[in-house]
Amino acid sequence: MNRLEEKFAALNAEGKKALIPYITGGDPKPEYTEGLMHALVEAGADMIELGMPFSDPMADGPVIQKACERALAAGASVQGVLDIVASFREKDSTTPVVLMGYLNPIEHMGYETFAAKAKASGVDGVLLVDLPPEEAEEVVPVFKESGIDTIFLVAPTTTRERAAKIAAHASGYLYYVSVKGVTGSATLDVAEVGGKLADLRELTDVPLAVGFGIRDGASAAAVSQVADGVIVGSVLVNCIAELAETPEKIAPALQERIKEMRLAMDA
Amino acid sequence: MTKANTYAELLQLPDTKGHFGPYGGRFVSETLSYALEELENTYNKLSKDPEFQAEFDKDLAHYVGRPSPLYHAERWSRMLGGAQIFLKREDLNHTGAHKVNNTIGQALLAKYTGKPRVIAETGAGQHGVATATVAARLGLECEIFMGADDVKRQSLNVYRMKLLGAKVHAVTSGSRTLKDAMNEALRDWVTNVDNTFYIIGTVAGPHPYPMLVRDFNSVIGREAREQSLTQNGRLPDALVACVGGGSNAMGLFYPFLQDESVAMYGVEAGGDGIETGRHAAPLCAGEPGVLHGNRTYLMQDNDGQIIETHSVSAGLDYPGVGPEHAYLKDIGRVNYVAANDDEVLAAFRELTRVEGIMPALESSHALAYGRKLAQTMSPDQHIIINLSGRGDKDIHTVAGIDGITV
Repeated sequence: MNRLEEKFAALNAEGKKALIPYITGGDPKPEYTEGLMHALVEAGADMIELGMPFSDPMADGPVIQKACERALAAGASVQGVLDIVASFREKDSTTPVVLMGYLNPIEHMGYETFAAKAKASGVDGVLLVDLPPEEAEEVVPVFKESGIDTIFLVAPTTTRERAAKIAAHASGYLYYVSVKGVTGSATLDVAEVGGKLADLRELTDVPLAVGFGIRDGASAAAVSQVADGVIVGSVLVNCIAELAETPEKIAPALQERIKEMRLAMDA
Repeated sequence: MTKANTYAELLQLPDTKGHFGPYGGRFVSETLSYALEELENTYNKLSKDPEFQAEFDKDLAHYVGRPSPLYHAERWSRMLGGAQIFLKREDLNHTGAHKVNNTIGQALLAKYTGKPRVIAETGAGQHGVATATVAARLGLECEIFMGADDVKRQSLNVYRMKLLGAKVHAVTSGSRTLKDAMNEALRDWVTNVDNTFYIIGTVAGPHPYPMLVRDFNSVIGREAREQSLTQNGRLPDALVACVGGGSNAMGLFYPFLQDESVAMYGVEAGGDGIETGRHAAPLCAGEPGVLHGNRTYLMQDNDGQIIETHSVSAGLDYPGVGPEHAYLKDIGRVNYVAANDDEVLAAFRELTRVEGIMPALESSHALAYGRKLAQTMSPDQHIIINLSGRGDKDIHTVAGIDGITV
């Protein structure tokens, strides 16, 4: 079993759901990211999605776009994010880390080089926002070879036929996008999400995590009733944005939000 | 395989996944996949529907004013002392550029699919104006995304769009130019995909856009080919067009692709010069990558981040290029070259003074290269240069360079 499978199995045994925070690697500066990752775990995060900053994050809203701009301005890069994970792994060998980003920087580095480096750094999964299943045939096997899961998105607009195709490629978990929109936009409708997840369960045994529109304990708890994992991003990244000038205050602020969600989800 | 065979096969592209060789494709986040599949199915059906085609042709004739003339620039040709230069007068179209060929077609698709709202990105504002125009005519709600820097340098077009009833969003993210406008339009589309048709303005973006924008613009090349044969009794020896995203060039080139004797030149924005790094010439000096839904040549740094482009013309200020151009470059069917800002301005002034035609700065890139090319050829040879748009919108920019406020 890899770290992602182990974590989901352990949570399942305890009757708990996964809490998965997202932060952008290198935001506000690369030297802070590793510390923030440890702080998130300490506050109750089960796994971490770490963004690889990109200059043109088309599927993200203004909050994460600005995070990318801050990180890049501070010198962040794909290699830099890999180095952060390697350093994180020296102190934490169990918390799964999934890298999330856009295709171009990975394609530029070369899929095989990236997969080998990611594995060596202790990365468990990769989610490439602009890699649909139709274009994935050359990429997924390269990651699989290195023992890295490829995480795919499923959207409210995804047809059952497409969902089946996506499920066939998926490993680690499936990321269900709860709303039509970019990250950090609307509020989600839990009943509707629950219905979609029930349909997905017929297609796959891979855990189902839900992201977009989760902003507090109440929405995290509601989603955890229907999903295996709850992904929270823009709310945390917004916190980082507000405290970018006083970086020592970021970790406690993130921890406060994660603890609130953890408590609500486990209640 | 003979060359002619290879060239004939080019007309069959893209393949069913939207690929032109290794380029093109549909690299989008999952939320948009369904909308793109739907658009592809609709287009495949309607492009073979005689009723749809008849409506498109009728609009091109009576609303756009086609066919546009193929004008023999005799005085300019004589002055240069080389090949005979013919200008394909897309500047005479309604709204002043080739862009309207495509927006007429896509607005018809929006109408047939029942979407009440259209959005578009724009650089120089020509595509924004062409979109706002057809939206006004069809009574569609229209929102245009434009980089904040472009809003400033193309204020005339911004006001035109507003008069036409469109809402113009000044995009302040990233480099505040065309690529950022496209990011923002994609974000809007993801959010409003149920009621919105995204009218992309160039032969880039996810499949099927590069194909359908090419098809709608290929009226330019079909007419030019026909006009060459009837007016001159022969095909031209060379075609020249400017390339930003590359829709006017693709429109001119496509119907000539299998005419082996016709050489083709796509002219990118050389900005301050390729050697300075301050340009917008991904085919001349970029590398393949993935942006805005397709794999193509891009301007990027060592980490695969997209870098800022530089050009005197807002319409060419884009770090990518249509995927079909990327493929035509690799197989050597089209030669891609660059013209620098100073050559472009000189060509703008020259055509204005010698022929009484004021070209857009985008089109002036084609003129700048075309005049050099003509001088290497003999007077019995023919060149067609695509005069893709008129220069009224650029008066402020040129006056500014002259130190004059108008």
